[in-house]
Amino acid sequence: MAHKAEGVEGLRSIPALLHRNATEFGNAPAYREKEYGIWQSWTWAEAEEEIQAFALGLLNLGVAPGDYVAVIGRNRPTLYWSMVAAQMCGAVPVPLYQDAGAEEMEYVLGHCGARFVIVADQEQVDKVIEVQDSLHQFEHMIYVDPRGLRKYDHTHLHEYSHVQAQGRAAHDELTGELAARRAGLGYDDTCVMLYTSGTTGKPKGVVLSNRNIIEAARSSAEFDHLGRNDEVLAYLPMAWVGDFIFSIGQAYWKGFCVNCPESVETLATDLREIAPSYYFAPPRIFETLLTRITIRMEDASPLKQRMFRYFMAHARKVGPAILDGKPVGGMDRLKYKLGDWLVYGPLKDAMGFSRVRVGYTAGEAIGPEIFDFFRSLGINLKQLYGQTEASVFITVQPDGEVRSDTVGVPAPGVEIRIGESGEVYYRSPGTFVEYYKNPESTASTKDAEGWVATGDAGFFEEASGHLRIIDRAKDVGQMADGSLFAPKYVENKLKFYPNILEAVVFGAGKDRCTAFINIDLTAVGNWAERNNIAYASYQELAGHSQVLETIQGHIEEVNASVARDEMLSGCQVHRFIVLHKELDADDGEMTRTRKVKRKVIAEKFHDLVEALYSDVDQIYTETEVTYEDGRKGRIKATLAVRDAAVVPVTPRAVAAE
Amino acid sequence: MPDQSEGYVTADGRQIGGVLMEMRDITLKFGGVTAIEDISFDIREGEIRAIIGPNGAGKSSMLNIISGFYTPTIGEVWYKGAKRPPMKPYEVARLGVARTFQNIALFEGMTVLDNVMTGRLTHMKAGIAAQALWFGKARAEEMENREVVEKVIDFLEIQNIRKTPVGRLPYGLKKRVELARALAAEPSILLLDEPMAGMNVEEKEDMSRFILDVNDEFGTTIALIEHDMGVVMDISDRVVVMDYGKKIGDGTPSEVRSNQDVIDAYLGVAH
Repeated sequence: MAHKAEGVEGLRSIPALLHRNATEFGNAPAYREKEYGIWQSWTWAEAEEEIQAFALGLLNLGVAPGDYVAVIGRNRPTLYWSMVAAQMCGAVPVPLYQDAGAEEMEYVLGHCGARFVIVADQEQVDKVIEVQDSLHQFEHMIYVDPRGLRKYDHTHLHEYSHVQAQGRAAHDELTGELAARRAGLGYDDTCVMLYTSGTTGKPKGVVLSNRNIIEAARSSAEFDHLGRNDEVLAYLPMAWVGDFIFSIGQAYWKGFCVNCPESVETLATDLREIAPSYYFAPPRIFETLLTRITIRMEDASPLKQRMFRYFMAHARKVGPAILDGKPVGGMDRLKYKLGDWLVYGPLKDAMGFSRVRVGYTAGEAIGPEIFDFFRSLGINLKQLYGQTEASVFITVQPDGEVRSDTVGVPAPGVEIRIGESGEVYYRSPGTFVEYYKNPESTASTKDAEGWVATGDAGFFEEASGHLRIIDRAKDVGQMADGSLFAPKYVENKLKFYPNILEAVVFGAGKDRCTAFINIDLTAVGNWAERNNIAYASYQELAGHSQVLETIQGHIEEVNASVARDEMLSGCQVHRFIVLHKELDADDGEMTRTRKVKRKVIAEKFHDLVEALYSDVDQIYTETEVTYEDGRKGRIKATLAVRDAAVVPVTPRAVAAE
Repeated sequence: MPDQSEGYVTADGRQIGGVLMEMRDITLKFGGVTAIEDISFDIREGEIRAIIGPNGAGKSSMLNIISGFYTPTIGEVWYKGAKRPPMKPYEVARLGVARTFQNIALFEGMTVLDNVMTGRLTHMKAGIAAQALWFGKARAEEMENREVVEKVIDFLEIQNIRKTPVGRLPYGLKKRVELARALAAEPSILLLDEPMAGMNVEEKEDMSRFILDVNDEFGTTIALIEHDMGVVMDISDRVVVMDYGKKIGDGTPSEVRSNQDVIDAYLGVAH
């Protein structure tokens, strides 16, 4: 193949990078996992041995080149090794969201035709067994944690360590074959297939080649000067492209160490112990953190509260400027130093951010207030804009040019153009090969010249050259009077309030905007506790008149702030309902990456939407919910529909033209 | 009841071994009150054995006899094929009998980890001085014990509260910590005194799961007292039913369920 000779420094696959790392700095740590209360670690040399042994085991089970190997579970070294081992065998790893229900798994496993499934534990084994009858290509399942599985039928079920042991035993027979397969990995061969959660329709399998992953990892790692001594904590879903790029792409390219937490519940402690230098989180995580800090400060002693408020006010004033290296007066610097010593430092340490050199947020727009809060503490939090189809990177913010309302400049090697409709198109070495078994979608997304439509509307700011994303192209609309409707803009402002977990704004084609609100149980529950307000359920708390008052206050503040934006002043929220249930991915209301599915919500709660656009002040509704174990139930509620005050705006000149 | 001379196989296919502990003609009197009257039964290796009965039936007294807290007025306790002389509870614990309590008995001010570590006390042999200085054998010993404890913590999924003082935990979790402490002793017999008392349905389900898993993974023999008939019938292999200090039934859950005396004791009967 002509492409064989290509590849940076002749490194054309993840296993090739692994071998380079194990040879050049074999004693440096590659993986750590907290297990039994201690951080266990593996060097690159040890990791390669583990992966090879497992790859031999896979060969022994009959993994053929081009096979699809599904991987399901939380972030654990063994599962990362499984993916690389599959690649060594010439197979394609397909990580799946571990919290997906059996039906979702059935679709993806059936669509990619996985012959092998590697899972973490009994929970996942049970799910796959539940759907295996309809999976014609499925042959073997391998699990990592044997707990509770001893009595299962082991004809097609294998324990990870056994597969590895068999691999070691068959070393002499199979090692030649494995070497041949590794040598055969080409730059344009498939590296991984990732299913996009998709805010609409069935998930699509995005095929990414070795070239995509390695080029994207290389250029982005250079951009942020990542090095071998960086540390990351792998905690985001393995099925998400970001995790693949950070925990495999960049980690293998640069040779830094990937740390895996002990369990989901211990995440905060583990984060603090590792104190990563390179950190990635969706806006949601930062929102949750800010909520938690706010709550804890409200419970703190008056002295601490005053100190916190005083220094945070100072941090907001000068923190971002100091971070960006802009000139700041000597007194202010001194005061910031003092604040760092008294407040910012301990705060960062408590959150596990004491060593963050580069932090990214992406996946969704982050509320400016949340963004500024973290930056003012001196955390170099930046935004990037990307998607699975681009191997993450489309635009990134360079150090010193960070703003909350833009997503930065085109990432190295990425070309961007804005379509006539305002839609953003890009072309890059990371651009995906195709959607698996879906030529129509491939054709409608990616044109012959390699330009990919993002589905997002945006524009380049003249002055800075930064890209600004307005909203999903299909979400941005017009209201009845022709003014611009950008729901996410308003929702993000609402979500800044700790009491509001989620908001969905309606208004396309209507004369006014309305909203659904989800309260944040942690924040509101804490408030209820402090004010001696008793409640028996989420539903009851969400319907409490004082809670509604508070939420209304938040909405009115947001309205005032929205009214100041000339283009979007029409998006003020006139009426709202506080929902009786949390929007949930299990009910199909959100994606697994926790983005709201607007259309689904509008259809599912159509009665409530109608109520928002009528005169009623309360509405009775019944909603179907899915419990974690897949059972379904119904909840009934009578919800208040409330009006919020809006700031009158004079019709814009543009509209009058 | 199946023939038990050489053990038996349970409904779900587990092989139950020979007799591990046997109560022979036990009678327990407090002054003029007879708490237990002439009861005999055995506990076999690897089984989950329940003792049930209405309030005041003498269940806890029976458990206290097994754990060595009470010495029977009449009768013998046979353990691992030998008659057990009267013993202090800590001596019984050394023989591999660990228990949890009906009213949680943890050290509230200590962390979960420290509480569970106390379950290893019977396995620690180094002297006070060596332990205080964390020196030589004491150090090696502590590391070994910590490893066992960490495996238990992992098993019961309480990693996230490892360093939390027990006093701050909700009830259901405290119960789990108690189970962890008992498990840390690596007992031959685990005695559970009303493990589900005061729990909601979800907590009961979790606890049942853990009890079954402990039995399954470590092969630990479990003797439990429980009020909740539903739970007992679901998870035990054999059940002893007591009423007013007497044994009124003994057998598999289905046998016990159809026993007229048992039905009368639980539902009441017209006299």
